[in-house]
Amino acid sequence: MTGYSKLLMTAAVCLAAAGAQAKTLVYCSEGSPEGFDPAPYTAGTTFDASSRPIYNRLVEFEKGTTNVIPGLAERWEVSEDGLQYTFHLRPGVKFHTTDWFTPTRDLTADDVIFSFERQRDASSPWNQYTAGISYEYFNSMEMGTLIESIEKVDDLTVRFNLTRPEAPFLANLAMDFASIMSMEYADQLAAEDRMSDLNQQPVGTGPFQMVAYQQDAVIRYRANAEYWNGKPPIDDLVFAITTDPAVRLQKLQAGECHVMPYPAPADIEAIRADENLTLMEQPGLNVAYLAYNTQMPPFDNPQVRRALNMAMNKQAIIDAVFQGTGEAAKNPIPPTMWSYNEEIEDDTYDPEAARQMLEEAGVTDLSMKVWAMPVQRPYMPNARRTAELIQEDFAAVGVDVEIVSYEWGEYLERSSAEDRDGAVILGWTGDNGDPDNFLGVLLSCAGVGEANRAQWCSEEFSDLINQAKATSDQEERAELYRQAQVIFKEEAPWATIAHSTVFMPMSNKVQGYVMSPLGSHQFDAVDIAE
Amino acid sequence: MIRFFLGKLLYLVPTFLGVTIVAFGFVRVLPGDPVLLMAGERGISPERYDQLMQQLGYDQPVWWQYLEFLGRLFRGDLGESLVTKSPVLSEFLTLFPATVELALCAIVLATLIGIPAGVLAAVKRGSWFDQISMGTALIGYSMPIFWWGLLLIILFSGVLGWTPVSGRISLLFFFPEVTGFMLIDSLLSGQDGAFGSAVAHLILPTIVLATIPLAVIARQTRSAMLEVLGEDYVRTARAKGLPWRRVVGVHALRNAMIPVVTTIGLQIGVLMAGAILTETIFSWPGIGKWMVDSIFRRDYPAVQGGLLMVAAIVMAVNLIVDLLYGLINPRIRHV
Repeated sequence: MTGYSKLLMTAAVCLAAAGAQAKTLVYCSEGSPEGFDPAPYTAGTTFDASSRPIYNRLVEFEKGTTNVIPGLAERWEVSEDGLQYTFHLRPGVKFHTTDWFTPTRDLTADDVIFSFERQRDASSPWNQYTAGISYEYFNSMEMGTLIESIEKVDDLTVRFNLTRPEAPFLANLAMDFASIMSMEYADQLAAEDRMSDLNQQPVGTGPFQMVAYQQDAVIRYRANAEYWNGKPPIDDLVFAITTDPAVRLQKLQAGECHVMPYPAPADIEAIRADENLTLMEQPGLNVAYLAYNTQMPPFDNPQVRRALNMAMNKQAIIDAVFQGTGEAAKNPIPPTMWSYNEEIEDDTYDPEAARQMLEEAGVTDLSMKVWAMPVQRPYMPNARRTAELIQEDFAAVGVDVEIVSYEWGEYLERSSAEDRDGAVILGWTGDNGDPDNFLGVLLSCAGVGEANRAQWCSEEFSDLINQAKATSDQEERAELYRQAQVIFKEEAPWATIAHSTVFMPMSNKVQGYVMSPLGSHQFDAVDIAE
Repeated sequence: MIRFFLGKLLYLVPTFLGVTIVAFGFVRVLPGDPVLLMAGERGISPERYDQLMQQLGYDQPVWWQYLEFLGRLFRGDLGESLVTKSPVLSEFLTLFPATVELALCAIVLATLIGIPAGVLAAVKRGSWFDQISMGTALIGYSMPIFWWGLLLIILFSGVLGWTPVSGRISLLFFFPEVTGFMLIDSLLSGQDGAFGSAVAHLILPTIVLATIPLAVIARQTRSAMLEVLGEDYVRTARAKGLPWRRVVGVHALRNAMIPVVTTIGLQIGVLMAGAILTETIFSWPGIGKWMVDSIFRRDYPAVQGGLLMVAAIVMAVNLIVDLLYGLINPRIRHV
């Protein structure tokens, strides 16, 4: 059968199914996926279209939480020293049967090993299966140096040997880059000399299998009838790629799609008022902050940083910039994350006291730069406006602020420099729900010159973080992170600004949608009311 | 005629070389690069950065990269997208029919309305029709396309519900691409209602993209007509007692068409520019939207390949217009 006649057959089957009232859910997605192999990419848009519908991981995030639950591994053991993780795979898991692949065997340990080795081993033919590919998440989660070896114990048992104990390891395995691919399919692609199709024609074990992708327009999926966790309630899933948020909303209101992500903040009230729509919301797993350069005087003095924090009217920023769709941040991690320290008191907004503290620190006539990001991010709707409000607040305590900005790529690079001049507005969205993903990445000594924009290296803080990372007991870890947050607050390398709220407008017909705190969009449990 | 053609063709060589420099240079002049954007808030260590840049071949001197680019270009290879890893040329060719379909509809609409409106405005110079149509043309010409598109969507799709909001065809229809032109493919599919759906999806984007060329064509037609209407032969024709309609329709219009045809040909560049915004608003999967995405991602090969292809097409169309012009007006060939 030719490709076309196959496609026609598929179309005919789809139409026939439509006759039998197939349930189709249309999701107005915000952009085109970069590809369908999640490992080389870092964008949520790509993961929503690839890893989440098509693939599974050894462990998964429980819906609506950041708890790690069994996925393709039905159980696992961790050795006493935290160096060995042994996973027992679910028997009988089927890979998708698609127009481009028919599996002859179920999931085995070989598939797991293949999925990691291709990222880990630079000499693997799959490491560079298309030129210039790189595995940024695998790399930035330090999996390369963490994993010493992966061994097949038997067909359904696989063991990871680590070089050091690392508590966030399990959460890392639930991330998109750790999706499990079919080695049998890879072998077939290699034999047919079309390895690059791994990124175009995916085969996974997930709730949906891909039918077709019309570039920049539509992605079509069909429910996986053989899904190990039960067939999803809907029959077809369609992504209608719609980049403009105002147009997405129009489509939703016109009934051209059922669910849309990322509404414009200005449209929230109109969505609430629309009786055909439901607006789901939840606090985002994110933080927006202003990072001082703690290596440059006078910001190397914690008293100066605390004084400026007290001069900032956070509530005014929440009201004006977030339009009420956020909450003031007092800690560097969001309140929905475990180990969040409730007891910490936020700096009170007190310009008078701030002015006095600055004087005591011997700082007068201070001029500084505040960097405003040129783009909107989920944690920060408008950095320019935020910077202007900070400028006013700081002027009230006698600090003169100049606002600067650069193109986004350049902004990210320049703001990392250790000798950077000025305080930077930036933020973070969690990757895996682990506190280390905030505290370790953004504030430890290891991050100076990279993600640690405050260039802040407190040995006391970093020791706690490293200790927590090597501890497997979650309650013990939580206590260490709570202590770390106390040090953070005393030292004030950042002014923590806000945690933004994430919104998800959808048609009233949509049932069972659960928002992910990690910001992914999944439809395996969603149904549509007739 | 052949000498005329060869002469024109010869001009294209340095122009095309110039375009390769601009296309290659443009994306590199933009601040930021693909690796930094990919690393995002996390940042990247200088060692890893160097390693990735080297993997992509961007550690070489720029002139060397340019020569490599030229070398590949002469072998018909535009390279692979840094993001999707697919060949740039095949991505371009996949998406290009969507843009052509939209641009053709827009230019046909602009011509069908623009020429009669311009003629009528010239003939009734100073009348209320002239005032209103030329005023409207000025507004159309100055309209921010993005705002105009959204306005139409909100009115016709949102409030009135007459047209679909965006896309090329209703998602209910699903058939393989044959030509890439949705109007044709929907007919070939034989599915009931597919063609109607494709037409309905074309209406608003066509109007938006046609707006500026329509205004330009109407104004150009009017001024060309005014000029011709003042000529001696028009007066003679009238003096001979020919009916006014025939004088305008045959004697005047045919001569006025020469600059108008040129103008229509030149609109191809305007259409390509307009397609970028129109496609973005209407989620139209053409090369305009693709170029915008590629620029935001600093996808060097995609941006430079796309620019080059668009420039080549504009040049080719202009060449054809020049040749047509030579055919219509023999005097041009000897200039």
